[in-house]
Amino acid sequence: MFRYTLNKVALTIPTLIGVTIVAFAFIRLLPGDPILLLAGERGVTEERYTQLAAQFGFDQPLWQQYLIFMGNLLQGDLGNSFVTKQPVLTEFLARFPATLELSIFAMLLALIVGLPAGVIAAVRRGTFFDHTLMTVSLTGYSMPIFWWGLLLIILFSSILGWTPVSGRISVMYFFDMPTGLMTIDALFSGDKGAFRSALSHLILPSIALGTIPMAVIARQTRSAILEVLGEDYIRTARAKGISAWRIVGLHALRNALITVVTVIGLQVGVLFAGAILTETIFAWPGIGKWMIDSIYRRDYQVVQGGLILIAGIVMIVNLIVDFLYGLINPRIRHTRG
Amino acid sequence: MSTATTTSDIGGSPRTRAIAEFWHYFSENKGAVVGLCFVGIVICCAIFAPLIAPYSPEEQFRDYFLVPPVWEDGGSSMFLLGTDAVGRDILSRLIYGARYSLAAGCVIIALTLTSGIGLGLTAGYVRGWFEVLVMRLMDIILSVPSLLLALVLVTVLGPGLFSAIVAIAVTYVPHFVRLTRAQVISEAQRDYVTASRVAGAGTLRLMVIAILPNCMAPLIVQATMSFSTSILDVAALGFLGVGAQPPTPEWGRMLAEAREFITRAWWVVTFPGLAILLTVLAINLMGDGLRDALDPKMKRS
Amino acid sequence: MKKALLAAVTGLTLAMGAQAAQAKTLVFCSEGSPEGFNPAFYTAGTTFDATSRQIFNKLVEFERGSTKIVPGLAESWEVSNDGLEYTFNLRKGVKFHTTDGFTPTRNFNAADVVFSFKRQWDPNHPYHAVSGGSYEYFNGMSMPDLIKDIVAVDDYTVKFVLNRPEAPMIANLAMDFASVTSAEYADKMMEAGTPEKVDLEPVGTGPFQLVDYQKDAVIRYKANPDYWAGAAPIDNLIFAITPDASVRYEKLKAGECHVMPYPNPADLEDMKANGDINLMEQEGLNVGYLAYNTQVAPFDNPKVRKALNMAINKEAIIEGVFQGAGKVAKNPIPPTIWSYNEATVDDPYDPDAAKAMLEAEGVKDLSMKIWAMPVQRPYNPNASRMAELIQADFAKVGVTAEIVSYEWGEYLKRSKELDRDGAVLLGWTGDNGDPDNFLAVLLGCDAVGGSNRAQWCYQPFEDLIQKAKVVSDNAERTKLYEEAQVVFKEQAPWATIAHSVVFKPVRKEVKDFRIDPFGGHVFYGVDIEE
Repeated sequence: MFRYTLNKVALTIPTLIGVTIVAFAFIRLLPGDPILLLAGERGVTEERYTQLAAQFGFDQPLWQQYLIFMGNLLQGDLGNSFVTKQPVLTEFLARFPATLELSIFAMLLALIVGLPAGVIAAVRRGTFFDHTLMTVSLTGYSMPIFWWGLLLIILFSSILGWTPVSGRISVMYFFDMPTGLMTIDALFSGDKGAFRSALSHLILPSIALGTIPMAVIARQTRSAILEVLGEDYIRTARAKGISAWRIVGLHALRNALITVVTVIGLQVGVLFAGAILTETIFAWPGIGKWMIDSIYRRDYQVVQGGLILIAGIVMIVNLIVDFLYGLINPRIRHTRG
Repeated sequence: MSTATTTSDIGGSPRTRAIAEFWHYFSENKGAVVGLCFVGIVICCAIFAPLIAPYSPEEQFRDYFLVPPVWEDGGSSMFLLGTDAVGRDILSRLIYGARYSLAAGCVIIALTLTSGIGLGLTAGYVRGWFEVLVMRLMDIILSVPSLLLALVLVTVLGPGLFSAIVAIAVTYVPHFVRLTRAQVISEAQRDYVTASRVAGAGTLRLMVIAILPNCMAPLIVQATMSFSTSILDVAALGFLGVGAQPPTPEWGRMLAEAREFITRAWWVVTFPGLAILLTVLAINLMGDGLRDALDPKMKRS
Repeated sequence: MKKALLAAVTGLTLAMGAQAAQAKTLVFCSEGSPEGFNPAFYTAGTTFDATSRQIFNKLVEFERGSTKIVPGLAESWEVSNDGLEYTFNLRKGVKFHTTDGFTPTRNFNAADVVFSFKRQWDPNHPYHAVSGGSYEYFNGMSMPDLIKDIVAVDDYTVKFVLNRPEAPMIANLAMDFASVTSAEYADKMMEAGTPEKVDLEPVGTGPFQLVDYQKDAVIRYKANPDYWAGAAPIDNLIFAITPDASVRYEKLKAGECHVMPYPNPADLEDMKANGDINLMEQEGLNVGYLAYNTQVAPFDNPKVRKALNMAINKEAIIEGVFQGAGKVAKNPIPPTIWSYNEATVDDPYDPDAAKAMLEAEGVKDLSMKIWAMPVQRPYNPNASRMAELIQADFAKVGVTAEIVSYEWGEYLKRSKELDRDGAVLLGWTGDNGDPDNFLAVLLGCDAVGGSNRAQWCYQPFEDLIQKAKVVSDNAERTKLYEEAQVVFKEQAPWATIAHSVVFKPVRKEVKDFRIDPFGGHVFYGVDIEE
């Protein structure tokens, strides 16, 4: 087990280095001179140009720029944003909790709805419930979430007026945020209204972001359990008169767990991609929106650093998932390793 | 083509029999048939758009801004699904929009299939450092969330439908490479491959003629699934403003432009999204049917 | 669930109402995040809204809602006869903000002024490089060459010595980059080893002080109780960052914010009809133009340029490109700037006369390029659409136009080239409300090959604007600029296209909000009435 994990970690490192090269190269391939873009209509004098180029290191040969960049990276320095002049890492950390909170809620929602739905559909295979669920989940899976988000806003915010349109909490609430997770900090602040406000702001974005994982989890759980129910020993057990529910309780849960872990692992990247759209629609101040804004603003350093940080997080989560996978399902070491 | 032909054993060549068998399994899945019909309609819309659409997608009726659909108060029979902010007929735009979504999806799948199969086949057959290099590269692509990678790529290539297509294709390639490689590695150990090799078949011939056809089934299923995702992704990039540029009636772009009217004119927001959803859903239903028909494991159960 | 939500919503409105009764809170749904909290680093209006316009003061300031200069931290000033020395008499008893990180021990004085400018001006100043300091506006207004020295004569007198006379100097000092920061705070932070805190947790003398900033979400300010001109009528100011215009409008309607910038043109009708909202409007401090290359034949002939100008249907552009949120421009400066010449006559839209005029000049089968910028600007919300309209107009007088566009950085660079092929769509947004900021920057001889995209150097015009630069009497300057506009109209180096119109939807309970001609949002003096 240990060896397997170590092996996986070792494999991650060249990939991570590859990501840094790709991120570095892409950003330098972007059309347009960043300095001229920063200056806009006002323009910039020749001296000022050289000065700025030197400041950003653009006057060095590319390979040297890369080495400097890597050297800084190893010390945890991803450079400063062109726009805010603040370290990319600081900017990232300021926004990460928002994305994390949204992702956790979306995933919880997906699990709470998707898992039981999948189990019920499997046990009641072929019934009306099963058919409906499969149709609904395929619809969820096919959903353009940027449109789904807009529909939710129209229905729940504009027409019914139940939920706020955008943001994380009403601007009227103000308290310290040690964790950065709005719901938790609101709870600690002791203001129930603040907690309710934070929660009501989370509902629509969580639904929008959680829809696709929910559909995937429901479908995967269903087929995982069907597979177990199809095994010979289960058939025997059923023939002996043990109810399907009991069998599911006894044997299928472990399979379901494997499904869940796998899906969570696979969905981390999907969640990030979804977060870009969801955060844009709901003006959610997280990483996805930050990346989009930075791309629009041509904030080279942020796009570069953000790509690396996000890729790093995705890889770490995948490693953890791999590890958990090995724990739950010992067979994996032989079949995969 | 009816189930009758499949139940009897008279079918002529093995190929027609295979097709008949495929259709038998496929048509058992009602959802898949419905999906197929809908996709057929969308394809017809795309091909015959100039004949079907009442107006040109770019024609602006200056006196008909934001006319609601025909069944609403204030609707006009001139515009069945209403008009947008500059007086363009939404139905016509949707019909023409089918062209962009389907064409983009087809090009993306063609690009990914060729490059994915090419790389996967070579990697799986040649092995060694080439394989390591290719697989690492695929890992790198996979480690960045697809939409983010596509966004960055589009920024590099300059916004536009073509850039969006290329960028999305790049993010899909790894799935095909992995799949092909795995298939090739398992197939390469089979007897028939060894036999052909002993018989003196060249590497290229072996790869393309002997191994590839035996790996196609999962690739076709994956391609169908990717086709539906690609329509979503093209629309997402259009929605974010870096895909198709105005006045192209691409569905995602239409949604992006409709955002300002979200509270005042539900139809400009609703219909493009519905078009995307239904098309993607239909393709996915079809994909389910395809998998049932092509995947031998599923056939048994 | 439903009940809980409803309760949350009603609770919220109640909370708002209750709070308003004790403390007046104004919420501004701003359009984006500030780049940072030191206005000297940046050029974006969004940043100035969040910083210089609320937190800081300048030596001289623009009167709220106009381009007129009024005393700020300087009570009065004198200019020497040669125009090289500006002496400012500073206001006494002005207090800096007291924040969590800093308690001032002394009042504002000359040291603060010298610090604020030397930081930007002197590359060897200990604070020059702090926070990656790049002072775009200071450099952009040529301050480094212009300023010879900055001297604190005594605690309450500061003297700026210039290398050459510059009449717009006072207006420049009213700009956002000239915000005065605390030297004492800077020294303290330098001692503590955290100099960059000065730019993150700003301390100014302005009517509001920063309380908290949650990135991309909310900025909170409270009124400065010791503000030298009297505490602001509102107690708290909140910027709720809301990038989407339709969402901003939703919030405004729901009373979640009181003022919003940049409405969707599509929502304007609805806003006018809404009884809770007061839709204010004013021309923006900008101009959008089409600049011919006056050094390339046949555009070196003023009559050809005039003829082309007459071929352009500007009304159609206002309708199609600005969707009504624009006004036809006839002068190269916007009407909100002093010295705008009301008397000039715009080239009439007359394709037949234009055609005849071109023929008279022997221009036949002319084909040219029109450059369309790839970005949206207030002075040109859709350059490619504008170019298409002009293309169609030109076709009517027998001129074939091809539309070209480049990536923005490239566009700006290539359009400067002297032998550039074609006419360029571009524009300008004013910095300091001084006509010099338009006429000399965009049409002066020095700017040829630079921001003078028409490559137009015409001596009679140049003489007028150079003279206006050194005269400090405003009446005389006004006359010179009015004359310069007449010369401009005769020579027609540009087709002046449009000025944008700025709309500000404000809730009815907001009292005395004034549109800032510079496009900013100033909340000192604004009140809320229940």
